[in-house]
Amino acid sequence: MKNKLLTSTYVAWIFIFIVLPLALIVFYAFTVNDGNIVRFTMGNFIKFFTEGVYLKSLFRSIYLALVSTIICLLIGYPMAMILAGLTPKIQSFCVTLFVLPMWMNFLMRTYAWLTILENNGLINTLLVKLGFGKLELLYNQGAVVLGMVYNFLPFMVFPIYSSLTKTDHSIIEAAQDLGANKLRVFWSVTFPLSLPGIASGVSMVFMPAVTTFVISRLMGGGHTSLIGDIIEQQFLYANDWNFASAISVIVMIILLASMAIVPKGKSEEPEGGGLW
Amino acid sequence: MKKIVSLILICVMSIFTLSACDDRPKLKIFNWGEYIDESVLEEFSEKFGVKIVYDTFATNEEMYAKIKADPASYDIIFPSEYMAKRMIDEGLISKIDMSKIPNFEKIDSMFKGLYYDPNNEYTVPYLWGTLGILYNTNNVKEPPTSWDVLFNGQYNKRLLMIDSHRDTIAAALKYLGYSLNTTDPKELDEAMQLLIKQKPDVLAYVVDEVNDKMLGEEADIAITWSGNAIETMMSSDGNFNYIIPSEGSNWFVDVMCITEQSKVKDIATEFINFMCEKDIATRNCLEVTYSTPQSEVYEEVKKANPEFAANKAAFPSAEELKYMEMFITSDDINRMYDEIWQKIKAE
Amino acid sequence: MVKKLIKNIYSTLVYLFLYAPILIMVVYSFNGSKFRNKWGGFSLKWYKELFNNHEIIRALWNTLIIAAVSAIISTIIGIAASWLLYRMKNRKFKSVILNTSYLPMLNPDIVTGVSMMILFVFIALPRGFATLLLAHITFSVPYIVQSLLPKFNQLNKNTYEAALDLGATPWEAFYKVILPELIPGIATGMLLAFTLSIDDFVISFFTTGPGVSNLSIMIYSMTRKGINPSINALSTIMFLSVLFLLITVNTRLKDKNPKN
Repeated sequence: MKNKLLTSTYVAWIFIFIVLPLALIVFYAFTVNDGNIVRFTMGNFIKFFTEGVYLKSLFRSIYLALVSTIICLLIGYPMAMILAGLTPKIQSFCVTLFVLPMWMNFLMRTYAWLTILENNGLINTLLVKLGFGKLELLYNQGAVVLGMVYNFLPFMVFPIYSSLTKTDHSIIEAAQDLGANKLRVFWSVTFPLSLPGIASGVSMVFMPAVTTFVISRLMGGGHTSLIGDIIEQQFLYANDWNFASAISVIVMIILLASMAIVPKGKSEEPEGGGLW
Repeated sequence: MKKIVSLILICVMSIFTLSACDDRPKLKIFNWGEYIDESVLEEFSEKFGVKIVYDTFATNEEMYAKIKADPASYDIIFPSEYMAKRMIDEGLISKIDMSKIPNFEKIDSMFKGLYYDPNNEYTVPYLWGTLGILYNTNNVKEPPTSWDVLFNGQYNKRLLMIDSHRDTIAAALKYLGYSLNTTDPKELDEAMQLLIKQKPDVLAYVVDEVNDKMLGEEADIAITWSGNAIETMMSSDGNFNYIIPSEGSNWFVDVMCITEQSKVKDIATEFINFMCEKDIATRNCLEVTYSTPQSEVYEEVKKANPEFAANKAAFPSAEELKYMEMFITSDDINRMYDEIWQKIKAE
Repeated sequence: MVKKLIKNIYSTLVYLFLYAPILIMVVYSFNGSKFRNKWGGFSLKWYKELFNNHEIIRALWNTLIIAAVSAIISTIIGIAASWLLYRMKNRKFKSVILNTSYLPMLNPDIVTGVSMMILFVFIALPRGFATLLLAHITFSVPYIVQSLLPKFNQLNKNTYEAALDLGATPWEAFYKVILPELIPGIATGMLLAFTLSIDDFVISFFTTGPGVSNLSIMIYSMTRKGINPSINALSTIMFLSVLFLLITVNTRLKDKNPKN
């Protein structure tokens, strides 16, 4: 009895705040406002696919996101392993230390990189003092990747760390008892068992990386529009909500599809998805 | 548990009621970032017993989108003239009772009866400015006189452009000898090709970060507005200058308007009149370093900041203004320029 | 031995990478000069200016209030939702509700932000503090549910029934039997919601209204104009407070739980 009331309240909540907004986006995506008449059209989608600019931007965003995700994986996996291998006393301290930067405003942290990377920034000043020439470290795609990796690395490390710490050590011991060397143990036992963590990490990095607009604006010098920039611009500057919604729908579909592809391995997580 | 819940509810309730406790009438103002002397707001608030809510925007288009979506969200807005025209046409801006703005007569005739508001019914000029070239005199040996300096590849990676479609495309169009309001696809295409070709030379596309970067010597030359340029000059060791290229450029007037759906139009009118007072207008002009539309105020500015007043690019004469154009906009024009901008950015 | 050295070097590099900008902020908060690439001597003036800067203080206040209130409310909703899902018998219905609940987590921030903006325009709710709060609650709830649902699944199913059999009302049974088991999950979820809310930019950007600015939005507008160095001072203070907080919490947990 009480359950029914609770259920209907919650369903109402989900409907108003989750389903309805998305439905509105889809509605805007398929309509166009001609004066005061709203009519259905595929025009927004057609515009996206026929005017090369937008596809270019989409592919560039996906490309940069992939690069960032792979770098995060390459840097993050060993880091997770190191953290997982620490003795409990140091472990919680080190993990805490790893989390700490996330509590600082990410805009500020990203902006602080400008002081390090710009033409007269710390790195270049040092290089000049040492007699070398200056490097162009900012306002290009490399800088954007750096910004993405910097912001999203913890999101890759934690799920993997979580997976690794949950791995039953007796399995590893059993493998070692059976004569497997360290490399074999890793490749055949540890790594596969950490796949759910990797899958989680990859999706938590790839998704925001594809749709960011802040990082590209701060670090990229406005040179290139990523798909997130375009969505924001179309909503707030060009005021074309229909077109912007169409782009959003396309991006959503791509992301949902990519998450379906990522192999999840054994995803039985009875212990819950807490971060630490 | 019940205690905790009730405690939380009380906290939440009190937060909401406390914030609603202010009985004074509210005036919501939407202005450009760093475009006012804040003490002026405090003075108005005290003098007229009004609570001021003050928000800022970075571009006209952003402001337009917000007002379009939420027409009653602000009472006073400061659009540039071309955006004011568009909003007047779309019924977003209300007529002002000019009889309640006696200070309007102090505005120079040069700023009255302009194309966007021929009968001066909807807008009152606040500050005005120009679009031009700011350069570092230490590193740029020959003072530039033409837009050419941005496009000839001389300043590879030492060049800053504006992250705004109309302004940057305007530079290209003016350089090519076309109107910065053209809708001729051939002319626009030429401008686009020029800007695409220029891309590798550009360090970054920025808005107000230009001051920071120029002072930090990240770049030597930038296209920017007179206010930013003067501010940079003031903050430097005197090694900057600002000029308007010979091919002509854009000039603009930022005006004060009352939104059509404002519920406090009388207070808003008071505010606009207040802003036109000589002392107030002088303070704003000196703080913001954009140009004043009142000649009496100009005299005051001359006394307080002679370098600013003397800069010909910030205060071009009426003769020079004949070579300058104001922007014109509409949904179609905006889309056209936006598409070109996207193409430039996408390279 | 070499292995340990490599591990140490590697982790030091990673930590350095993470902390580089933070160290920069801390150092520059004491920079007497306003400009980023000039050192104007050691000075505390930005800290003094910080406390006089009404705009920053108000943004900070908004940020903290929104984070706290949204964390609390979303936790309450999250507990109710997880409880419902846990008790749901109809598998299909449960699956639908579960996946729908997770949608804000799966969607990119910009889509969530933009869709909420459209929603508020659609229901003619003027954007401001309330819409900002609602948006934060909406994106926090899925994280709470995700933290709590597994904890529910770990519960001993019989304790609740036993409590009911012994005469407790459903509410009492929930409060005294279920809730204590959930506390770790609730704590994690609430902390997560609080963190996400404090740092949020994109969703807040689209759902806030006149006069209501949170820290991220204010900093974003500053990055376009020129960072007020008082923000460095603010970040340093926040960093030290959080550092202090986390160390205290960590040592207290260790005292309680020597096994960890």
